[in-house]
Amino acid sequence: MNIVFLSGKGGTGKTTVSTNIAYINGFNYIDCDVEEPNGHIFLKPEYKEVVQSGILNPVIDEEKCTLCNACVENCQFGTLANTGKKILIFNELCHGCGTCSISCNFNAIQEVKRNVGKIEIGTYEKGKFMRGVLNLKEPLAVPLIKDVKELIVAHETNIIDAPPGSSCTVVETLEDGDYAVLVTEPSAFGLSDLKQVVTVLKQMAIPFGVIINRGDNNNSIITDYLNKEKIDLIGMIPYSMKAAQLYSKGTLLIKDPELNEVFVDLSQKIMHRVMTNGKN
Amino acid sequence: MNTGESIVVISGKGGTGKTTITASLAHLMSKDVVKADCDVDASNLGIILNGETKLENDYYGAKVARINEVKCLDCGQCEAVCRYNAIELKNGKYSVRPLKCEGCNACVVKCPNNAIQLLDEKTGKIQVKETSKGKLVTSVMIPGAEGSGKLVTEVRKTGKQYGIDFLIDGSPGVGCSVMASVTGTNYSIIVTEPTQSGYEDLIRVYEIVKHFNSKALLIINKYDINEEMTNQIEKAAKEIGIQMLGRIPFDPVVNEAVNGLNAIVEYRESRASKALINIYEQLKEEIS
Repeated sequence: MNIVFLSGKGGTGKTTVSTNIAYINGFNYIDCDVEEPNGHIFLKPEYKEVVQSGILNPVIDEEKCTLCNACVENCQFGTLANTGKKILIFNELCHGCGTCSISCNFNAIQEVKRNVGKIEIGTYEKGKFMRGVLNLKEPLAVPLIKDVKELIVAHETNIIDAPPGSSCTVVETLEDGDYAVLVTEPSAFGLSDLKQVVTVLKQMAIPFGVIINRGDNNNSIITDYLNKEKIDLIGMIPYSMKAAQLYSKGTLLIKDPELNEVFVDLSQKIMHRVMTNGKN
Repeated sequence: MNTGESIVVISGKGGTGKTTITASLAHLMSKDVVKADCDVDASNLGIILNGETKLENDYYGAKVARINEVKCLDCGQCEAVCRYNAIELKNGKYSVRPLKCEGCNACVVKCPNNAIQLLDEKTGKIQVKETSKGKLVTSVMIPGAEGSGKLVTEVRKTGKQYGIDFLIDGSPGVGCSVMASVTGTNYSIIVTEPTQSGYEDLIRVYEIVKHFNSKALLIINKYDINEEMTNQIEKAAKEIGIQMLGRIPFDPVVNEAVNGLNAIVEYRESRASKALINIYEQLKEEIS
């Protein structure tokens, strides 16, 4: 069972909500925000294992290569270039698709794994913890997210923290998601970015609901939209300076009795929806 | 400016205030500076700067495979060769899942009956807006699209038709969109917040800024939420060679500004506005 937490806009509280919900229930926590994974700050895991993640890059056997150019012509990402004397390879552009090796009629291309990041696996106080960390200067996060997802144990309950935005990294994180929680904030920015992820979720046919974080007297900017689109509002976390301060120190918000109540209530509402496939 | 300078505003961590700060800098800078919204996943600068759309072009930044059902022999070799799980068998027929397809061409090359074609896929729209603060180049990304880095590059390329100085709103993270936003800039303003997450993400994104030889300048937003952390970040920044541009206090006027679709500096008397004006003065000094 995979419950994915996402937001469109960054900094709306994905990690805050997902870590607290994971902790309350003792669920596995999986950080797929591999460019800037922050869940460890709150759950303070102990890592027991590190798995390297990589993508397959081409290596040319120059003895066999006839410079026929088929690999260069078929590659869609500009990874290969023919100088007339040899085939040059730009690894950072490679998507690891294997088109070059399929194209080669001379068996001159081998694919070798190149490291793009690591997956740290361990436990936190209440359950399993796993996170992907993208190597710096590595542009492509999707292959690493895919590797993280492959290590997920499907029959356990997994809280998955997604990257911000609404592009390919988010789509990869949502793959095999059973339910999604969208965390937003009551602002014009929050609304604009929420609409983008809603489109993705509808296309992928994943049931979802929305949590408004830092709720205040502007909530109607979000609730008007949700009502109009008949989108389920799971609940609201009121604005609180206390929450901001606890977050800044890397403390779970449920350590505060008042906020604990808010999150226990939210957790029950989320789990009810997960069990009923999105019904409230 | 008018010297061919490019400034990008980034953050590592999302939601630290990149866009609200960029909008205020846009208000303070000359109209000749071209504003470019390169946070293509969540492009919000246009919400504040508003303006009239003068030009809009579709952008085809990716490819997607399509199977011709008549020519398809149902052999399944495409499915076997696809590494993205983008080909599915439904009711005995193979078809492409567009959201999963990377447009890599492997299935096209493999198909024994030329039944698969790669088609250009629209990944977004590029828009040029005339605002009261000058030209804004922005985009509307199609949700779930591939290649947001390429869309960033297209936004910047379009901007070059309108001037030589650029103020760029970047995206969170450290991946392809961020790299495409930072490359070729002279200055990277990193906006962080005094939280453990903000701190760790700042350190990661600084490596990208350094890699592209852009000069790192730091703003700590909402600094008074945790002054101890603010001091710690400033100290670390100094040690690794990031220059401090200024601090901005937590100020409820920021929310009011965003929801009123205004820039913070339009609330002249607010604490946040005063801090931003000060930051702009520092920035001018740095550039001159």
